[in-house]
Amino acid sequence: MTDMPPEAASPRVGLFATCLVDLFRPSVGFSAVKLLEEAGCRVEVPMAQTCCGQPAYNSGDRADAADLARQVIEVFEGFDYVVAPSGSCAAMLKKHYPELLSGDARWAERAERFSDKVFELVSFLTDIRKVVRVEAAYQGSVTYHDSCSGLRELGISAQPRKLLATVEGLELREMKDSDICCGFGGTFCIKYSDISNAIVSKKTVNIEASGADLLLAGDMGCLMNMAGKLKREGSAIEVRHVAEVLAGMTDRPPIAGTASRRER
Amino acid sequence: MDSRTAILSKIKATRDRRDETARRAAVESRLARPVAGLIPARGQLDPEGRIALFLDMIERTGATHERTAGAEDVPALAARYLRERNLPARLKRGTDPRLKAMGFEREAALSLTEGPSDGSDLAAISHADFAIAETGTLMLLSGPDNPVTLTFLPEHHIVVVRAEDVGGDMEAALARLRMLKGKETMPRTVNFVSGPSRSADIEQTILLGAHGPRALHVIVVG
Amino acid sequence: MELTSPAFKANAARALQDAQLQKALGNVEKGFVAKRAAARQALPEFEALRDQGRALKTHVLEHLDLYLEAYEAKVKASGGHVHWAESAEQAREIILDICRKAEAKTVTKGKSMISEEIDLNTFLEENGIEAVETDLGEYIIQLRHEHPSHIIAPAIHLNKEQVEEDFRRVHTHLPDSRDLSEPVALLSEARAVLRQRYFEADVGITGANFLIAETGSSVIVTNEGNGDLTQSLARVHVVVASIEKIVPTLEDCASILRLLARSATGQDMSVYTTFSTGPRRPEDEDGPEAYHVVLIDNGRTAMLGSEFEEMLRCIRCGACMNHCPVYHAVGGHAYGSVYPGPMGAVLTPSLNGINRSGHLPNASTFCGRCESVCPMKIPLPKMMRHWREREFEKNLTPAATRYGLGFWAFFAKRPALYRRAAGLGMRLLSAFGGEKRRLSRLPLAGGWTDFRDMPAPEGETFVAAFNRQRGA
Repeated sequence: MTDMPPEAASPRVGLFATCLVDLFRPSVGFSAVKLLEEAGCRVEVPMAQTCCGQPAYNSGDRADAADLARQVIEVFEGFDYVVAPSGSCAAMLKKHYPELLSGDARWAERAERFSDKVFELVSFLTDIRKVVRVEAAYQGSVTYHDSCSGLRELGISAQPRKLLATVEGLELREMKDSDICCGFGGTFCIKYSDISNAIVSKKTVNIEASGADLLLAGDMGCLMNMAGKLKREGSAIEVRHVAEVLAGMTDRPPIAGTASRRER
Repeated sequence: MDSRTAILSKIKATRDRRDETARRAAVESRLARPVAGLIPARGQLDPEGRIALFLDMIERTGATHERTAGAEDVPALAARYLRERNLPARLKRGTDPRLKAMGFEREAALSLTEGPSDGSDLAAISHADFAIAETGTLMLLSGPDNPVTLTFLPEHHIVVVRAEDVGGDMEAALARLRMLKGKETMPRTVNFVSGPSRSADIEQTILLGAHGPRALHVIVVG
Repeated sequence: MELTSPAFKANAARALQDAQLQKALGNVEKGFVAKRAAARQALPEFEALRDQGRALKTHVLEHLDLYLEAYEAKVKASGGHVHWAESAEQAREIILDICRKAEAKTVTKGKSMISEEIDLNTFLEENGIEAVETDLGEYIIQLRHEHPSHIIAPAIHLNKEQVEEDFRRVHTHLPDSRDLSEPVALLSEARAVLRQRYFEADVGITGANFLIAETGSSVIVTNEGNGDLTQSLARVHVVVASIEKIVPTLEDCASILRLLARSATGQDMSVYTTFSTGPRRPEDEDGPEAYHVVLIDNGRTAMLGSEFEEMLRCIRCGACMNHCPVYHAVGGHAYGSVYPGPMGAVLTPSLNGINRSGHLPNASTFCGRCESVCPMKIPLPKMMRHWREREFEKNLTPAATRYGLGFWAFFAKRPALYRRAAGLGMRLLSAFGGEKRRLSRLPLAGGWTDFRDMPAPEGETFVAAFNRQRGA
C-alpha cells in the first residue's frame, strides 16, 4: 500500500445519486454508500445535486442540458472520483458532458478532466477499487438485465455478474436477450408509450421464463419500467437495483412492492 | 450551371481544400497503387489447405463439388453429373480453350453446344479463372470464352477451376484479374459466385434457385 | 412514395394491432440477429474490419469530388455514359430520356433503394413504360402496390399466405388448382413468370452497392441473380447510384464486401457479387449494348460538412433495423418513409426535412444497439439527437414536451428549491402508494400508467436523508 498515493488508499468519492434514486429509491443510495465505504472510499453526497440533464439533452434542449452539466461539474469536480449507481447517468457525465461543452472555451477542458473521474458504481468497485467479492447473502435466484447505456457506452456486463457470483446463496439465472432494451428510453416511454409497452412486454416474458425470483439491473429507469410492467401483469417476481443485493440491503420492500395476487 | 458542375462544386465547397495539391496527390497515389487492406487469417493456408477450405465453404452455400487429377476427366464427370440427376445429356459452353481442350467429343452421348444461352439450356459448363478459399467463391470473367448468360440462365451450372487457381482471398483474385487483363482494364463483368442462386424473401426461409441456377457443381482439377 | 412519417404514431398503433405483421416481424428478430452474430463470431478480424471500413469511407468523403471525377473518366474510357442528377426529378427525367431513346416499353429492375427514393416506377408507368421488379421480395410488394418495409428484405412484413393470395390474384393464366402452400412453390412460380420478362425488357435498371473509381465499375451484390439477368439480357443497362457509393480501388471494395453480407444476412459473401464495366465488348456474344450511370445527389451534398456527414458512410446493410427494438415492434412501414429504422431516422429528415419527419429521430430509446452493429460505425443515436436539437431550435418540439422540460429545468437548475419541492412531492407520492408501494393511476402520467404501474417512492429523498443521518 505504501506506493499508493493517499487518495488511492482512501479516495474521496462524490456520490451522484441520480434523480430517480434520490427521489424514488433511497435504498439504492444507501447501498451504494455502504459498498463504496467497504471498498475504502470516503463518501460524500453533495446537497446541491439534482439531475444529470439527460431529459433536456435527449429532447434536443442543449442549452438547459449544458447549464446542468456546468452545475454538476462545479459541485463534483473537487472529488477524487464521482460515482453514480446508474450506467445511463454515469455515461451522461462521462461521455456526453465533454461533447456538450466542447464548444465552450472555458468549460471544454474542465469537462474532459471531470470525465476522467466519473464511474458507474459496480464497474468502479471492480475495475478501479479492484473489489473481487462482497460480504452479502441472498437466498434465492436472480436474473440480471443489462441496461443499454451501461452496456454499450461503458462496457458494463461482466462486472455485476462477477460480484453477484460472490453473494452467498444467490443463484444467477440468465434470461434470454438480457442485452436487449427494456423499452424505457427516458421520455420515449411517455412519448411513444404503446411502442414502449410492446418492448417491455417482450422483456417481461423473458424475465418470467428465466424462472428467477428477483430481477436486478443497474439503472432505476429501466427497473421502474420493468417493475411497473411486472406488477401490472400480476407477476410475483420482485425487482431491485443490483446494488441493494451486493450491499446485502434487501430488507426494504422491493421496487413497486410485492405482488398482491401471487400467480406462482 | 450544369448538374455535374453544381454537384462537384457543392462537394468542393464543404471539403477542406487548404492543401489541394496534397488532396489530389492522395487520390492519385491511391488509385495508381492500390493497397490491400486487412486480410483475414482464415484463407492464409498452404495450397491443399486452401482447396479444402474452398470446398468446405462452397458446400455450405448448397453447392456440390468433386475433384479430379486431370482435365481430361471433366467431360465424363459432367456427363455423370447430368445422368445422376436424370437430366438430358445436353450441355452448353463458351469457347474457353481450356474447356475445348478437354475432349468433350469423347463423350459420345453428350450433346454439346457452344455460345451464350437463350434461356432454353438446362445445364451449362464454365471455366473459372480463380477461386477464393476464404468465402468459397468462384471468379468468372465475361466474354465469348465463358458467356455471362451461362452463369445465370441454366438450372444447373457446372464450373471447373484448376487447383492451382484456388487462392486464399479476394485480394489474390483481384491480383489475378490484373495479371490477366492489365491494371484498370476490366472485362464487361467479373462475376464472383458463391453458391447456387437463392432467396429468403418469403418468411426468411432460404430457398435455392431464385432466378439463377438451382444447382452449382464445382469440379476442381489438379 | 407519399411520406406518412407525420402519422408515425397512428401508423405504429396500427402496426402493433396487426397480428399478421407481428408474426412476420418475429422473423427479423430470430433470423437476421443470430445469423449476423454467428458470422461475426466466425471472423476474428471483424471488429478491425469495421474500423478499417469507417476509415476508408471517411477518406472517400474527404476526397469525394476527386474520386467522382476519376470514376467518371474511367466509365467513359470503357464506353459507358455518366449522367449527373442534382435531384430526384432530374434523375427521373434522365432515366426516362434513356428509356425513350431506347424505345423501351418494358424495363426490368434489380433491387435498388435509390430508385425507391426517386420514386422511379411510378414515374415510368405515368410515361407509358412498364417497370418490372425482379427481386422476389420487390416483385411481391409491387404486386401489392406497397413499398419496401426493409432495405434488404422488402417483403419481410408479409407471411407466405399473403404472397399466395397475391399470386393467385395476379397470375390468372395459371390453374386455380395448383398447390402454393409451400414457399418453394411460390418461388418457382415467380421464377417462371419473371424469366420471360427479362427477355422482353429493353432496358435493365440496377442500383449499385459500390462504384469503383479505379476501374469505372459498378458493383451489385445479390443472392437471387436477378440483378445480373436484369443487366445482362436488356439492350441497355442503366445504373442508378447516389454519389457516396464511391470506393477508390478494387481492393477497397473487397475490404467493405467482407462487412456487407455478414452484417446484412450473416453470409460470408452474397451469392453473386458482380463488377460491371461498360457495355458489351466487340467480341462479346451477350451483355448490354449500352451502359449508363446516373449519379444522384438528392440531398447528399447538403449532408457533407454537417453533423450528418457520417451518415454517408452507410452501405445499406440493414443491420441497424435488424437489431432495433422499435423496428421489431412496429416494422418498416410505420416509419412512413423510404428508409425505415435507425438509418432512416437519420436519413429521412436529411432528404425530406425535419418538419415532416420529426417523429423518426424521436422514436428511439437510444439503446445504441444500431451503432454497436453498424459495419461503418455510424453514430446513429448521436445523429438522431442532433435532429432533436434541430427540432428544438426550430420550435418544432411538441408544446407539452417543451412546457414539461421548462418546468423540470426550472427546478433542476435551482438545487435548494428542488430539494424542498422534491421532499414534499415524494412524501405525498409515497403516501399515495400505500402498502402496495405502487400506483396504478397517476395524473399527468397516463403514458406510463396506461400500461404499467408506477413504483411509489420510499418517502424521504436520499440526498436529504443521507445528510440528515450523517449530520452534514
